[in-house]
Amino acid sequence: MTLRPVSDRSLLVSFGDEISPEAHREVVRLTHALQGVRGILSLHPAFASVLVDFDPRVRDHAEIAAQVRERLDAPAASGAVERRTVEIPVRFGGDDGPDLDDVARHSGLAPERVIERFCAARFEVCFVGFATCFPYLGGLPPELATPRLAAPRKWVPEGSVAIAGRQAGVYPLASPGGWRLIGRTSLRLFDRNGEPPPLLRMDDRAIFVPEGRR
Amino acid sequence: MNRIHVVSPGLLTTVQDLGRFGWAHFGVSASGAADALALRAGNLLVGNAENAAALEMTLLGGAFEFEADAVIALTGSDFGAGLPLWSAVEVRAGETVRCGPTRSGARGYLAVRGGLAVERAMGSASVHVATGVGGRPLQKGDVLPIGEEAVRKPRVGQAAPPLGKRAGALRVTPSAQADWFGDELYRGAYLVTEESDRMGLRLRGAAIPSPAGHMLTEGVPLGAIQAPPDGQPIILFVEHQTTGGYPKPACVISADFWRLGQLRPRDEVRFERVAMERAMELLREQEKWLYGLV
Repeated sequence: MTLRPVSDRSLLVSFGDEISPEAHREVVRLTHALQGVRGILSLHPAFASVLVDFDPRVRDHAEIAAQVRERLDAPAASGAVERRTVEIPVRFGGDDGPDLDDVARHSGLAPERVIERFCAARFEVCFVGFATCFPYLGGLPPELATPRLAAPRKWVPEGSVAIAGRQAGVYPLASPGGWRLIGRTSLRLFDRNGEPPPLLRMDDRAIFVPEGRR
Repeated sequence: MNRIHVVSPGLLTTVQDLGRFGWAHFGVSASGAADALALRAGNLLVGNAENAAALEMTLLGGAFEFEADAVIALTGSDFGAGLPLWSAVEVRAGETVRCGPTRSGARGYLAVRGGLAVERAMGSASVHVATGVGGRPLQKGDVLPIGEEAVRKPRVGQAAPPLGKRAGALRVTPSAQADWFGDELYRGAYLVTEESDRMGLRLRGAAIPSPAGHMLTEGVPLGAIQAPPDGQPIILFVEHQTTGGYPKPACVISADFWRLGQLRPRDEVRFERVAMERAMELLREQEKWLYGLV
């Protein structure tokens, strides 16, 4: 674990440079443990790090670093935490998933097999970030990994289900984006009146099902 | 209840407070006033808590008619309203405060005694323009209720504007990937481009060589300077994404955030490194100035 000031009001806590289950567990644990600590404004968890934003008028880097160490040294809470599983109905291919054929070609599988394997996978939400409630999903079958588009699209529709390398995700709102679009869901990933607003939250599990076959 | 009628909205006028904190782990950006110092000052001058909701105008201000007597403060840049800036000012019932094009920086603020009593989303009245969280920019005919949340008497007499100048180098401290970069960022001037908005200030100038090395997506702080593959720096601003995968050589210091909010397209920007201790000292001086308004 390393601690590094990355601005005059934030500290980056890193658990290595790789995506791993161990790093993910530490990210989840630290994010929960630092909720509500006085002087901390925001927490930005990611694959293997947590950015801690604090109010520099009441806290400094050393005080925040001490808080982080203290919480990581505390024994992890015992007992299994119940994890939610969210089922996401998807319309695959066609206009809803214009890159499905590219993913199929890249994997050497027929598009139907790509859909089968995608829907057989058990995803987990590594973290939620980017622009408004975007879930970064781990657990993509390795044979479906496909690089990002060379040039990002100017407009990706809301609800697009997408692949980028070994990651999967769902666009909560229409935005520009370079991920490969394989389908679309009508579920609302971002509900501005929701408490909390994202449908998919860090550490949830997610499964995808072809729409109409639930 | 007193209300403000939007006679004309200006180019981009939004309701802002200090932002929506504590939601970054859900991927919700804080938003908040682009020049938070001016917003806080305006609120303190009229006797509000510093986080009260007020109006943020951009480049071209609007016209706002008051139903009943009110006390307001105009802070930030001069939008030619013909009223003293950095001062509590009385407005009479039926009077319209008319702002025009800016005569200095990008943003002007209109704070009103009692605060704007608008609905909050996730604990904040701040409009996140890109996603519509917290509402949308003002339109002609909108009516904004004024609250009764004042906490002290308004300040009498004009106050001094903030310390330091809008122009001049932006001060930075090293950010997460500082070691990957040389000193290219500090050599020349950059221009603020027209594509800049509340999400990011997109600069144009000598490209910063894209460093070798792979990085995982990680959390990004306000004011961070990102170097995307084309080497043209982007300063992450109040509506910035919560996580990102581009390396960051440096981050603008807190005491200079207000200056980011006053940058206009085609303004020139330079960067200057300062020690962390100096950044904190500058912030303390700024806070001292701010509370001198009360």
